[in-house]
Amino acid sequence: MNLDPTALQQEAVHVWSGLDGRPLSPKERLSIPMQEMPAQDPLARGKNMSEVALGYSAEQAKIEASRCLQCKTAPCVSGCPVSIDIPRFLNFAAQGNFTDALGVIREASLLPAICGRVCPQESQCQAPCTLGKSLKNPLMSVAIGRVERYVADTCSDSLPPPAVKPATGKKVAVIGSGPASMAAAADLRQYGHAVTMFEAFHKPGGVLVYGIPEFRLPKAIVEREVNTLRQMGVDIQTNFLVGRTRKLKDLLDKDGYDAVFVGTGAGLPKFMKIDGENLVGVFSANEYLTRCNLMKAYDDGRAATPIYRSKKVAVLGGGNVAMDAARSALRLGAQEVSVVYRRSLEEMPARQEEVHHAQEEGIQFLTLKNAQRILGDDQGRVKAIETLTYVLGDKDASGRRSPVAVHGSEALLEVDTVIVAIGNDSNPLLRQTTPELEVNNHGNFVVDAGGQTSMPKVWAGGDIVLGAATVILAMGQGRKAAASIQRFLAES
Amino acid sequence: MNIIREKTQLSADVYQLVVEAPLIAQERKAGQFIILQLDSTFAERIPLTIADADTTTGTITLIFQAVGGTTRKLALKSAGDTIENLLGPLGQPTHIKNYGRVVCVGGGIGVAPLYPIAQALKEAGNHVTVILGARNRDLVILEKPMLAIADQLILCTDDGSAGQKALVTAPLKALCEGPQKPDFAVAIGPPIMMKFCAETTRPFGVPTFCSLNSIMVDGTGMCGGCRVTVGGEMKFVCVDGPEFNAHLVDFDNMMLRSKAYRAQEQTDHDCFILQYGVQK
Repeated sequence: MNLDPTALQQEAVHVWSGLDGRPLSPKERLSIPMQEMPAQDPLARGKNMSEVALGYSAEQAKIEASRCLQCKTAPCVSGCPVSIDIPRFLNFAAQGNFTDALGVIREASLLPAICGRVCPQESQCQAPCTLGKSLKNPLMSVAIGRVERYVADTCSDSLPPPAVKPATGKKVAVIGSGPASMAAAADLRQYGHAVTMFEAFHKPGGVLVYGIPEFRLPKAIVEREVNTLRQMGVDIQTNFLVGRTRKLKDLLDKDGYDAVFVGTGAGLPKFMKIDGENLVGVFSANEYLTRCNLMKAYDDGRAATPIYRSKKVAVLGGGNVAMDAARSALRLGAQEVSVVYRRSLEEMPARQEEVHHAQEEGIQFLTLKNAQRILGDDQGRVKAIETLTYVLGDKDASGRRSPVAVHGSEALLEVDTVIVAIGNDSNPLLRQTTPELEVNNHGNFVVDAGGQTSMPKVWAGGDIVLGAATVILAMGQGRKAAASIQRFLAES
Repeated sequence: MNIIREKTQLSADVYQLVVEAPLIAQERKAGQFIILQLDSTFAERIPLTIADADTTTGTITLIFQAVGGTTRKLALKSAGDTIENLLGPLGQPTHIKNYGRVVCVGGGIGVAPLYPIAQALKEAGNHVTVILGARNRDLVILEKPMLAIADQLILCTDDGSAGQKALVTAPLKALCEGPQKPDFAVAIGPPIMMKFCAETTRPFGVPTFCSLNSIMVDGTGMCGGCRVTVGGEMKFVCVDGPEFNAHLVDFDNMMLRSKAYRAQEQTDHDCFILQYGVQK
């Protein structure tokens, strides 16, 4: 498929000349060609850190938005975790009124440029789309995320930050600065409360800055969203680890905060618990990605933070983080990168688009295989992994067919680097220093429907509650908790 | 924020900074550390132990050896300059109690993290013997403050230019064999020194703790880069440590892991590595 931006743009200009301004019948809308996302050439992009997906042109955005049938039921809205009024924003976009389109999105979501890029739209808003159903192919649904990204990229600078209500005199602390916290902070500030955000790292943004790579989410975009919070008057304190720099209880009892939202994420990498995991050359995906993204280790000439120089890399796991790690390793100069996953491509939790991009770039997928030990040389450095082949058995509790090891199928894969990307446990720090907080078996905070924890005046949301989830689900929880905090503060 | 109030050179390449950091000064306990970063764009994050703190002036004391890119740059700073990013206090505080007779062994720059621990152990009522080790007289640090708190201080140098010409393990062994065997030992220094201190006390059954300084990025448990094997289990130095039972730590693996980026680091601290093992 040709995803060259110039070719796609020429085609779009031609298509738009036949549509411009005209009222369209549903039948006509059904026949409008779906707009592909222009992208960097796969071979070229494997050698740079720039964004892979280049974004629609204005014509492409208008054409894609025109595909929306404007159906009355709007199942897309219920598929969106923050209930954006999707048909209304698409209608504005189809008319070329991108500013009003963004205004509609902003009513529900503060982070459209981010969500347009990293939301799994294919399993959310785009999954139940009437157009996709009519065309009998959910992949042909309106590309809502791509249009969202276009309007956010084009108009974010021209819209003023959301309006803030007069000061209420209440103070709220928001712990962490990832998507859940950003969403909560924005809402709480709009209600008129003084909001302070505490971040342990030197830069705000959480997983959006340390985890998701530049080539999928440019950091300049995260910075713009963080600056919107600053313009709204959110005070952001970096280098501040609540639990250590200050106890959570002290924020409430001594520092005068009326409520606290905890959005600290998952943040404790899981390992495989196999032999050889402490060899030199084995990394958690968190470490590998943090070095690469937040610490900018890819910028060899300028960054002081080193990153392991690899030739052959095995990434263990099959989620989006595994894709990010594999594609980062490739860009850092690895010659062979393999994703080792114990189920098949079908069960892989990563977004299809990410898997597809990785395949295009030459990442190998060793499915139905798992590492059972890591072997090192006499210097304690990784030299190979021993894999075991699996077949799929019956469905397990997660509804996926569970992998069963084939005896005697051991095989060696020569690698010098192993990146473990099998998820995160909840970070123990805050619960250790705040015994009042009730947690479940996994260490996740137990909350009610509004996000309130067992500790008075303390709410939580995002991965600290959900375990590993998505940016948009975290945002949704942040907003829900903000609404609950607002009710509490209005009554007190 | 983070203004350097005082700077003192303690030996050829060891410096002491007193830095304004009131929140850290207030919360820190013996055994804890900070993460420092000189700028937010391209600088690296490195852990440094908090050697001392003063809650009245709101300052913390950092002692470091100018041995890598970041510490060399830090050594160029003067009083009045600021440190852009400082996060802490991190790690579990030392478990301080009255053990009876304790011996605190410090080697090289490890004397800096040892000082607040020795101080706290003394305050808890212990009889404290301090063993300080260095390559030569010029590299001995914190001898005076240690003298002020220790019941007994034994100084060793590799070349005999100050105190005994011995490795720290020699007087440690003598103490263990003596009539008043220590009830508890703490050893902080290069990994190779901590390993041999652990081997020295092991046959005598003296519980021995060490403080590990491994490669870290965030210092909050998120990256796992600092992981070590303790008693066959994976532990994170930043959240489970930095102190561990020295008899259970796999020092050989820890030393190999500290060399992960050696090829990319400046080779001119190789002489230090040859002398003292690796300390990042």
